[in-house]
Amino acid sequence: MSDLPTAEEMLSGLKYRPPSTDWMDVPAEIRKGIACYAGNPKSLEVLGFPNPRTWSCFDDDWQLPENWQEIIHEGFKERLEKFRSFKVFMDICVRCGACADKCHYFIGTGDPKNMPVLRAELLRSVYRNDFTRVGKLLGKINGARPMNYEVLKEWWSYLFQCSECRRCSLYCPYGIDTAEITIMGRELLNLLGLNIDWIITPVANCYRTGNHLGIQPHAFKDMLDFFCDDIEEITGIRPDPQFNKKGADILFVTPSGDVFADPGTFTAMGYLMLFHFLQEKYGLDVTWSTYASEGGNFGLFTSHETMKRLNAKMYAEARRLGVKWILGGECGHMWRVIHQYMDTMNGPADFLQMPVNPITGTAFKNAASTKMVHITEFTADLIKHGKLDLDPSRNDHLKVTFHDSCNPARGMGLFDEPRYVIKQTCKHFYDMPANAIREQTFCCGSGSGLNAGEDMELRMAGGLPRANAVKHVHDKHGVNMLACVCAIDRAVLPDLMSYWVPDVDVTGVHELVGNALNLPGQSDRTMNLRSEELADLQGTAEDTEDETDEEK
Amino acid sequence: MNKRYLLSLIAVIVLFLISYLGVEAVPGSKWLFGIVIPYAALIVFVAGFIRRLLTWSRSAVPFAIPTTGGQQKTLSWIKPNAIDNPSSKGAVFVRMLLEIVTFRSLFRNSRMKLREGKISYQLEIFLWVGALAFHYAFFTVLFRHLRFFTDPIPLPVRLVEDLDSFFRMEILQDFIQIGVPGVYLSGLVLLAAVTYLFLRRIFIRNVNYISLASDYFPLFLIFGIAFTGIMMRYVLKIDVTAAKQLAMGLVTFRPNIPQNVSSIFFVHLFFVSILLAYFPFSKLMHLGGIFFSPTRNMRADTRAVRHVNPWNYPVKVHTYEEYEDDFRDKMIEAGLPVDKMPEPQEAAAEEEEEPAAPPQEPPADAADAAAEPEEKE
Repeated sequence: MSDLPTAEEMLSGLKYRPPSTDWMDVPAEIRKGIACYAGNPKSLEVLGFPNPRTWSCFDDDWQLPENWQEIIHEGFKERLEKFRSFKVFMDICVRCGACADKCHYFIGTGDPKNMPVLRAELLRSVYRNDFTRVGKLLGKINGARPMNYEVLKEWWSYLFQCSECRRCSLYCPYGIDTAEITIMGRELLNLLGLNIDWIITPVANCYRTGNHLGIQPHAFKDMLDFFCDDIEEITGIRPDPQFNKKGADILFVTPSGDVFADPGTFTAMGYLMLFHFLQEKYGLDVTWSTYASEGGNFGLFTSHETMKRLNAKMYAEARRLGVKWILGGECGHMWRVIHQYMDTMNGPADFLQMPVNPITGTAFKNAASTKMVHITEFTADLIKHGKLDLDPSRNDHLKVTFHDSCNPARGMGLFDEPRYVIKQTCKHFYDMPANAIREQTFCCGSGSGLNAGEDMELRMAGGLPRANAVKHVHDKHGVNMLACVCAIDRAVLPDLMSYWVPDVDVTGVHELVGNALNLPGQSDRTMNLRSEELADLQGTAEDTEDETDEEK
Repeated sequence: MNKRYLLSLIAVIVLFLISYLGVEAVPGSKWLFGIVIPYAALIVFVAGFIRRLLTWSRSAVPFAIPTTGGQQKTLSWIKPNAIDNPSSKGAVFVRMLLEIVTFRSLFRNSRMKLREGKISYQLEIFLWVGALAFHYAFFTVLFRHLRFFTDPIPLPVRLVEDLDSFFRMEILQDFIQIGVPGVYLSGLVLLAAVTYLFLRRIFIRNVNYISLASDYFPLFLIFGIAFTGIMMRYVLKIDVTAAKQLAMGLVTFRPNIPQNVSSIFFVHLFFVSILLAYFPFSKLMHLGGIFFSPTRNMRADTRAVRHVNPWNYPVKVHTYEEYEDDFRDKMIEAGLPVDKMPEPQEAAAEEEEEPAAPPQEPPADAADAAAEPEEKE
């Protein structure tokens, strides 16, 4: 990572000038800092994936099966029949270029093949050659080319420089979604055993242990116990989370990243406090599961089938435990899967009930079929009905802005729920400019399994547009905290902030809730969930406090 | 010079020469260019168009994947964005209608600028204006041409004609001969819009970089069609009655070649025939494709109503039973409930070798600990 250019170097090196050579004649450069390491063969074996072997993307020989071209061709053909999206998106692009500068990887790298249109053309060129007569006839001049080793390497390189954020699909006049094309492309690559370890090993872990990080059941419980220790120290109250409890009202599933690394752990503490409060005050019976201990689904970044295999655990566990409905924690791509795939793949969830918040009586009709509710929908409903005892002053030292995660934004439409929760738990909230939030939000730069360590340069480049918008509100309003509802965001935004906007920290929304929430019988709260003394924080906040408080 | 654009230009010039010289030099070829080719082109267009739509409709729609461009419909007190996050068929209809009639997504277009370390996004309206101008002008021109295929000319066609030629007539009367037959705005707008769409492919670097021969070819062809049309009307002043006679012959299936049809007309007709025949095999099929785009034409109420995948198949999963078999002893030791209590000998046999990664380490090490990737730098 010592090779990582400084922020200044990266900015000054940015050029949006395509080379004079035709893009088909520019071979993909697979280099350190951008590329992720190849998948571990052991992980492929766990999953029963083809062609497990030790290989490196920096090698010339990728050790492919002999008939790999045929495998790709047949796989392509099958997917054109199985997915109308793929077929239509191969056919109708007019290359107007509206998507070009909408991609954060293009903005951050200036590499023309990171323009969504060209990323799709990587596949489309092979499609034209293999599946259209005119394409084959006119050849290269019309953008058709046969599949070969160079093309395959180009696919691998650029399909793992797309975070499936769907921002391009918002601007496309035909709704062409590069995420869809990347998903298909990665499926095809997986047929040859081409993947990245940062995706395939979490998938294998999740398959076997129930979560991406490979945390085994007893350790999972230990970790939550550890948070309970901290909460007890901070509030004087010790939550008593339930695990794998049959007959509980609600099953809670959240990404395992939040039980593992800061600052996600503070969000997990927020959940524990919330559930403890609700149990004490209203008798709400929530259980965690060690089997379905992963909300995230790196299967989405592998193949539809893998997505389904991992996702199946949520319904299976809900059925086994006999809960009424499922509550899902803060996570980005997890919610794309739940909102748009889960019911279709593993439903119908007819063994569950229409989700009703027993405390407020609110029926979540928007989740009537899938029977899974987002935690910010749940908490917003509680706050709106005055069911939480909140003291936002413990967040007074924070000036908060909110990063809409790509998937809940463009694959769901979750915008006002988290904002409402933030505004009810924090005094100072400032949105970033309109071009960088809500449906137009920018990726953290590390989504879709690209949050590895070895591709740090790519991550910092891809996160540039997001960081730049944060810097804007930091300079203008003194924003010092970036809130988000995604575990990958919490894992990667701290790196991004320290690279581009060093004075801004990262938090989950339910960390803010946890800090504001008064627990019955609590002791004097002098610390926040990070075990920082509130008095110290308020002091430093007041020093920087100025005239910028126009927005609440 | 850009080979792709040159080749497309040459192709259109060759097409011009074929038709012009053919009609001028080869006796009897008027039948070919005036009747055979137009009929053949129309058949290719209709059959090809339908075939393409059928191919698309035969591909399954396994998942509901609308792109949500606004607030979802959730809690009663949160205002949903009904159009960009449509939860009913009616709302999807409105979304599609606005997309097709106003190019709504394109209207969002912005241009990114990086200056002194600051990124800004400005509304970039020209592509939207150019695209709208092009499509509406094209549509108007097409509609106007119904006058050549109908007798008597229906009122709407005459109205559009009047409207189209109304604006510029007075202004352009000073020019020598232009304005005498009434200048159609649509033709000029079409020509201008095509020129703009061409120029942006030449001068905007990134757009130039992605443009293929098949992006230039239709532009040159449509330019050729508009240009020959305008020439016929305002400069060469062809015998319109004869042209209409030919057109009427085609639509009434009594094809004939009248005497006074000039060669430029055959060029015009040939260009149109080529465009028709080319259409179903090209990106121009976006006309039909937009209706099939799953990110736009599906309801976003995906948690409220189950979407069914026609090819959904069972997959291999790691069941709870298998999971408990893997970890039963550790679960019991940790006080976690289990479904099956272990037999004594089974308990002894089950030993897990790897300890779970301790907390407070970066996730990098966690995933590694579980599978030990070989390459680490």
